[in-house]
Amino acid sequence: MEDMLFYDRMQFAFTITFHYLFPQLTMGLSLIIVYFKWKFLRTKIDKYNDAAKFWMKIFALNFAMGVVTGIPMEFQFGTNWAKFSELTGGIIGQTLAMEGMFSFFLESSFLGLFIFGEKLLGQKLHFLTGFLVFLGSWASGFLIIATHSWMQHPVGFEILENGKFVLNNFSALFSNPWLWPSYLHNQLASVVTASFVIAAIGAFYILSNKHREAGQLFLKTGVLFGLVSSILVAFPTGDWTAKNVVKHQPVTFAAMEGVFETETGGSEIILIGQPDVENKKLDNKIAVPNVLSFLTYQRWDAEIKGLNDFDESVYPTNISGLYYSYHIMVGLGTIFIGLMILASVQLFRKKLYKTKWILWSLMFMLPFPYIANTTGWYTAELGRQPWLVYNLLRTADGISPTVSSGNTLFTLLGFIGLYLLLGLLFLMLAGKIIYKGPETSKQL
Amino acid sequence: MELFWYIVLMTMLSIYVILDGYDFGAGIIHLFVAKTEKDKKAITNSIGPFWDANEVWLIAAGGVLFFAFPTLYASSFSGFYLPLIMILWLLIFRAIGLELRGQIHNKIWETIWDKAFGVASLLLALFFGIALGNIVRGVNLGMVTNGISAQEPHYFFLPLWNPTFSPHAEHLGIIDWFTLFLGIVGVVALAIHGANWIIFKTNSDINQKLKKLVFNLNFVLFGLVVTSLLIWHIIEPKPFHNFLEYPWLWIFPAITFTGLFGLFKVKSFKKDGLGFLFSSLFLFGGLTSTVASIFPKVLPSTNDVNPSLTIHNVAADDYGLSVGVYWFVIAAVLVAVYMFVQYRIFKGKMDNVGYGEH
Repeated sequence: MEDMLFYDRMQFAFTITFHYLFPQLTMGLSLIIVYFKWKFLRTKIDKYNDAAKFWMKIFALNFAMGVVTGIPMEFQFGTNWAKFSELTGGIIGQTLAMEGMFSFFLESSFLGLFIFGEKLLGQKLHFLTGFLVFLGSWASGFLIIATHSWMQHPVGFEILENGKFVLNNFSALFSNPWLWPSYLHNQLASVVTASFVIAAIGAFYILSNKHREAGQLFLKTGVLFGLVSSILVAFPTGDWTAKNVVKHQPVTFAAMEGVFETETGGSEIILIGQPDVENKKLDNKIAVPNVLSFLTYQRWDAEIKGLNDFDESVYPTNISGLYYSYHIMVGLGTIFIGLMILASVQLFRKKLYKTKWILWSLMFMLPFPYIANTTGWYTAELGRQPWLVYNLLRTADGISPTVSSGNTLFTLLGFIGLYLLLGLLFLMLAGKIIYKGPETSKQL
Repeated sequence: MELFWYIVLMTMLSIYVILDGYDFGAGIIHLFVAKTEKDKKAITNSIGPFWDANEVWLIAAGGVLFFAFPTLYASSFSGFYLPLIMILWLLIFRAIGLELRGQIHNKIWETIWDKAFGVASLLLALFFGIALGNIVRGVNLGMVTNGISAQEPHYFFLPLWNPTFSPHAEHLGIIDWFTLFLGIVGVVALAIHGANWIIFKTNSDINQKLKKLVFNLNFVLFGLVVTSLLIWHIIEPKPFHNFLEYPWLWIFPAITFTGLFGLFKVKSFKKDGLGFLFSSLFLFGGLTSTVASIFPKVLPSTNDVNPSLTIHNVAADDYGLSVGVYWFVIAAVLVAVYMFVQYRIFKGKMDNVGYGEH
C-alpha cells in the first residue's frame, strides 16, 4: 500500500514537472508574441514581424511538447488516482472539462492558422489568430488553477454520506479567494520565464555578434517585460499568495518559512539555513529579526505560529522539501529583480548592449526561471500534503485501489525513458532554431 | 440529465473516432502503401494542420467523461491501466514522428520517424478496436473469485492477456480472441477511412491505387462485419434485445450498412469527398450500434455478484450536471465556429501546404 502511494506520487510528480516546463514558456511567450505582432501592425517595421515569426517557431515546438505531455496528466487522474476522481470528479471534473472545451479547441484551431495562415489571412487577421492563441493558453491556465485552488481551499460543495463531494455552488469555484492571487502569481511567473528566455537569446546573439538587430530587440523586450513581471510576481501577487497560505494553511506557512518555535515579540525571516526536522531546529541560519512578522501582518511584533503549536498529524509530509522549494523560489525571485533592475538601468543609459557582464549573466540565467517556477509549484503541492483536498481527503485515500505498485513502477520507468528521449529531441530542435536565428524579410 | 450527457459523450467520441480515425488511417496507408517521397508528403500534408486539433476531441471527451460520469472514469481508467498508458505512449510517438521527420533532411532520420508514425498509427487503431471489444464483453467488476468480491463493486483490474485468450475466462485479459478480432476490424476500417481522406484532400499519384485498395479492403471489411455478427452472441446471448424493444434504434445499424455498401461504389464516385462520407457513416454507425446494444449499461459485469455499470449508477449529482449544460452549450457553439473557420480556410486539396517544413 505504501509502495503504491509512493509510485503513484512519483509518477504524477515526474510527469507534471516535465509537462510544466513547456506551458510555463508558452503562456508568457504568447503574450510577448502578441506584443511583437501588435508593434508590427502599428509601426510596419519588419523586424517586429520577423521577431514574432521567429518566436512563433519556438512557441510551436513548445506547444507540441505541452500537448503530448499534457494528455497523460488528464489520464492519470483516472489511471492512478481513481478514488480521488470518483469522490471529487463532479467538482474538479467541471473545471477540467471546461479547460478542454474552452481552451484546447481555441488554441489548437488557431495555432494552425497562426503558423500556416499569414499569407491567407492578411496581417490583421493573423494578429487576431495570435491573440486567440494567447487567450486560449491563458484560459487553460485559469481553469487549471481553479482546479488547483479547489484542492487547496475547497468551496461550494457538500460531502454526501458515501463520501462523495458534490457541487452546490458553481460560481463559488471562480470566486474562491485562493484562485485570483494564485492565478496572477502563476501567469506573471510564466511571463518571467518567457522574458528571461528572450533576453538570454538576445544576449547570446549580441555576444556572438550574430543577428545583432534582432538580438538587440529581443534583449530590450526581454528586459522590459522581465523587469515588470519579476517585480509583480513578488509584490503584490506573491505576497497575496503567501497571505492566503498563512490564513488558510498556517502549519504549511510555518514549515515553508522554517519557523519551528512561536516567538513572542515577532518572528525573524530565515534567509539561509538547513532544517533539522527530527530535532525541530534550524542549522547554520542567517536571519533578519522581526521581518517575517512585518511582511505577514504589517506589524513588527505580530505573532507567527511555529510548528511546535501544531499537532504532528497535520504536519506537511516533507517539511525540508517544502522549506527548500520555497526558499529557492524566493531566493531566485530576488536575484531576478536585482538583475533586471541593473539591466534596465543600463538599457536606459543606452549602455546595455556593451555591458558584457550583464549580457553574460542574462544568458546564464536562462534555466533559473524554470527552476523558480518548478520550486514554486513544489511549494504549493508539498504544502498541501498529506492532503489531496485540504483537511478533507488524504492523499493515501485517493489512489487507484486495483493498480499494483509493480504496474505503476513499470509505467513510471516508461515515462522516464520516453521523456528523456523527448527532452533530448526538444533541446536539439530548439537549439537548431535558435542557432539558425530569425529570418529577416526584405524591405518592401 | 444522465441521458443528455451520455448522448453528448457518445457524440464527442464519434467525432473523435471519425476525425482522429482518418489520421490513424492515413498513418496505416503511409506505412503500407506510400513508397515515394511525393506520396508521403501528400499524406502528411493532408493531415498536418488537423491532427492535433483532432486529438483535442479525445481530451475533451475524456474531460466530459470525468465530469459527468466520474465513477465510470475512475473504474475504467484504473482497470484498463496498462493499455491506456500504452495508448498515451503511442500517441506521443506518433506525434513526434509526424512533427520531427521534416526537421532534418537525412534518409535515416526520415525513415525512423516514418516508421514510428506508421507503426504507432497501426497499433492505435488496433488498441481502439480492442477497447471497444472490452466494453462489449464486460469485465469482472469487484474482481470476484468464487463469489467473493476482492474490491469495491465498481473497481477491477485487467492484465493485458490471460494464457487462454478466452473471453469467457474467470480472470479476463484485455486481449482475447474476441477483442483482438474487433481490433482487426478497427485496423481495416480505419485504413479504408484514412485512404478516403487522402483521396479527398489530395491530388496525389496514389489516389487511383487507393481507390482500388478501398474497394478491395471493403470486401474484407464486409466479411469481418458479417463474421462479427455471427460470433457476437457468444459474448452477448441477446445482442438484439435493445433493438427489438426500441425499433427506432435500427437506424444505427442502417447507417453502418449504408456506409459499408456505399463504399463498394468508390470507383465511380464523381466527388472525391463521397468515399470519406461513407466511411464516416460506417464508423459512426458501428460505434453507436455497439453501444446501443448494451445501453443503459456502459460497462457490463461478467459476474453475478456485482451489478453492471450503467449511466445511472456512475453519474455525477444532478446540480453539477445541470449547471454544466450552460457552459457546455456555449462552448459547443464556439467549437463549431472554430471548426467552420478552420476547415473553410484549409478547404480543398492540400498538396502544397508544405507541412513540416520549418
